[in-house]
Amino acid sequence: MPSAGDAIIRFEDVDKSFGNNVVLDKMNFSIAPGERVTLIGPSGSGKTTILRLLMTLEKITGGVIWVEGEPLTHERSGDKLKLASEKYLREKRRKIGMVFQQFNLFPNMKVLENITEAPISVLGKPKDEARKQGLELLGRVGLGDKAEAHPSQLSGGQQQRVAIARALAMEPDILLLDEVTSALDPELVADFLDVLRDIAETTDITMLIVTHEMHFARDVSHRIMMFDSGVIVEDGPPEKIFGEPDHDRTKKFLKAVLEDR
Amino acid sequence: MSWDWEFTQEIFPEILAAFFKFTLLLTFASAAVAIVLGLMLALGRRSQVKAISWPSYSVVEFVRSTPIPVQLFLVYFGLPEAGVRLSALTSAVIVFGIHYAAYMSEVYRAGIEAIPKGQWEASTALSLSPTRTWQAVVLPQVVRRVLPSMGNQIIALFKETPFAIVIGVQEMVTVARQNGAQQFQYLEPFTIAGLIFLVASYPTSVLMRKLEIRLGHA
Repeated sequence: MPSAGDAIIRFEDVDKSFGNNVVLDKMNFSIAPGERVTLIGPSGSGKTTILRLLMTLEKITGGVIWVEGEPLTHERSGDKLKLASEKYLREKRRKIGMVFQQFNLFPNMKVLENITEAPISVLGKPKDEARKQGLELLGRVGLGDKAEAHPSQLSGGQQQRVAIARALAMEPDILLLDEVTSALDPELVADFLDVLRDIAETTDITMLIVTHEMHFARDVSHRIMMFDSGVIVEDGPPEKIFGEPDHDRTKKFLKAVLEDR
Repeated sequence: MSWDWEFTQEIFPEILAAFFKFTLLLTFASAAVAIVLGLMLALGRRSQVKAISWPSYSVVEFVRSTPIPVQLFLVYFGLPEAGVRLSALTSAVIVFGIHYAAYMSEVYRAGIEAIPKGQWEASTALSLSPTRTWQAVVLPQVVRRVLPSMGNQIIALFKETPFAIVIGVQEMVTVARQNGAQQFQYLEPFTIAGLIFLVASYPTSVLMRKLEIRLGHA
């Protein structure tokens, strides 16, 4: 029986292509529990695809993804693996949460309902308990007074904080952050990153972060993975990647993004 | 030709009564069928299962390609041949209901397709079941989006109810014609019927337009 060892996430020869376009090419890497990993690289390099595959929003074309020692993309059938059914995926994806670039709050629900919907309908939490937890989370992201507001009444930064609270309400083991500051007004980014930093430092949730905020990535990550054209170019602690990267491609990329600021 | 006020006074109550008793009843009953069945057809057409999507597709295309009077004749005079005997009013409700369900299903379809992909993805990311995703996330947003078009469809349905004359439903225009036929005086009864339609549908259209603006679709 293949085992994923101590890794919470393991990509094993993962391929992903859209038609003829190869996005990930025999990707292999592991992530330890509690690790915060930032994926960097030019757009189209496959970073977001990795998050989307983990959230089961896309299907792999080859290989296996393991989460907490169990296959995510496949289910066991005897001692073989077969592609996961929708039912299996629904069960497995509960441990994983995701925050999107465009927030994707439900506009037909109030802020607190956005947060309590899944804990009540998926985890079967009693309503009172879910509301209490929701209010706590809102307080934590600095929106304690917005529980009864509609998402459309909030600024982008506030909506994104609600989205974080909504993801945390499911008590995920893994949190995926997909360019969560890209749609925010520049003056709101710093405040928002403070909230994220606080969450990173006070929980042991494993985080995979795709961002162009290099300072934030350096502060908050244990590890940086540099992607280009569907392969990992470089993988190491932030001091190393930002300080003395081995590869020209990493140097060029960092130079380009840092000059952009 | 001159307007006969005495005749007008005599027939007005009867025409108005037919409006309330049959025209409105036919409109609301058919609209209720159309709203529910239309959603079922829209969802049916999206189904991966051919045995569900195909019949839904066929019903919509058949209904949209044949005129209402033909459908009324088919149900009212054709079904008894198959041993199903329905009253004229019931036949009319079924025909108008299914007919407008076909149009309504297209309205729903557009509404469903307009839901941003991010809403579905967020539902997946929260592990919501498909049923719950439809119920709590998608449909409430669809209803909001389609409300104005739905209202316009119901006004169109309302104005087509006189077709029920072909199977003898005692709706307003039928009653107006009967009243006219008694004395070969058609100007007054049809003018009354026309005015009642106008008085009922014009404010409703205005209301719909306001609703459209308020919901930000105009």
